[in-house]
Amino acid sequence: MTSASFIWNVCKSSFTFGLIGLTVSDRFASVVPVRGLSMSPTFNPPNNSSSFRLFTDDHVLVEKRCLTDYKFSHGDVVVFCSPRNYKERQIKRITGMPGDWISVPFSYDAVKIPEGHCWVEGDNPADSLDSRSFGPIPLGLIRGRVTHILWPPQRVQKIDKKLPRSGLSF
Amino acid sequence: MSLFQQWAFIVKEALDKSFLVAKFFCGVHVANTYLCSTALVQGPSMLPTFSLTNELVLLERISARNGKAGTGDVVILQSPENPRKFVTKRIIGMEGDKITYIMDPKNSDSTETVIVPKGHVWVQGDNIYNSYDSRNFGPVPYGLLQGKVFWRIWPTSAFGSIGRRPETVDPALKVLEQANQS
Repeated sequence: MTSASFIWNVCKSSFTFGLIGLTVSDRFASVVPVRGLSMSPTFNPPNNSSSFRLFTDDHVLVEKRCLTDYKFSHGDVVVFCSPRNYKERQIKRITGMPGDWISVPFSYDAVKIPEGHCWVEGDNPADSLDSRSFGPIPLGLIRGRVTHILWPPQRVQKIDKKLPRSGLSF
Repeated sequence: MSLFQQWAFIVKEALDKSFLVAKFFCGVHVANTYLCSTALVQGPSMLPTFSLTNELVLLERISARNGKAGTGDVVILQSPENPRKFVTKRIIGMEGDKITYIMDPKNSDSTETVIVPKGHVWVQGDNIYNSYDSRNFGPVPYGLLQGKVFWRIWPTSAFGSIGRRPETVDPALKVLEQANQS
């Protein structure tokens, strides 16, 4: 009798905890691991022990309060759904806002970023699948902004807004 | 009871009640975001399925998350030109489909053909004469879809499900027709 009510209490508490955790991670902030090297050296800087990748991946704090008014600016590192596959999330830096002109690499063309879109690029251009391949992305695909690195402990720091290195911006 | 004990009792009661309210709001948020939500639709672009005046509809979020929203479904999506604006349109084609559409039906009959890229959908309003949709802003990434509209709750004269084909008659008038016939 008492074990059944104990199990029922555990179920109720975990359900409540799940609801509150889900709401907080949707509306305020959540922690995600960064996989891949497209944002080196900002995240996952190159090191020799690639076998411990799972434990040494950077874990970052993603804040969701920016999704109420979508006010982003150059240099913000954002999490967004990939336009090629909505189930994948990617982390890149915004290097162009609506109205900017971005020069297409290896060509004399320049692309004007349409209203409501942004240009995202990885900090490691050699190993990054970003707007240079799939073009500007709508701001509605953004799911949060990265503010801090939380793990590993020796790399805890705030993420700076770095100005873009390449691309024209008038 | 001493003053401190009374005060501690009141504080505990207040904390319990506010925790209950917080749990309720969290439950509402999770249900709205992951299960089912309501929305107000208005505008001429989905005539005659939705009339010009405000209509209250139910939208379910599970199809958009699972990738099950397909051709013929009426969906609510974030506008690619303004992430704070939500528009209601019907999905005309999924990724890989070849879409032939009339660019500007009021002025000419010229058509254009496009193949929908991977990960995108083509949306159009049922009223192509007065709709700002994929013919203007291009194919929309699947990640912008918010939910599938499946039921209309207001006005009550048109209470019922939303089908996978555009209506040909205003649903609110269908009830009058049936009443006149009988």
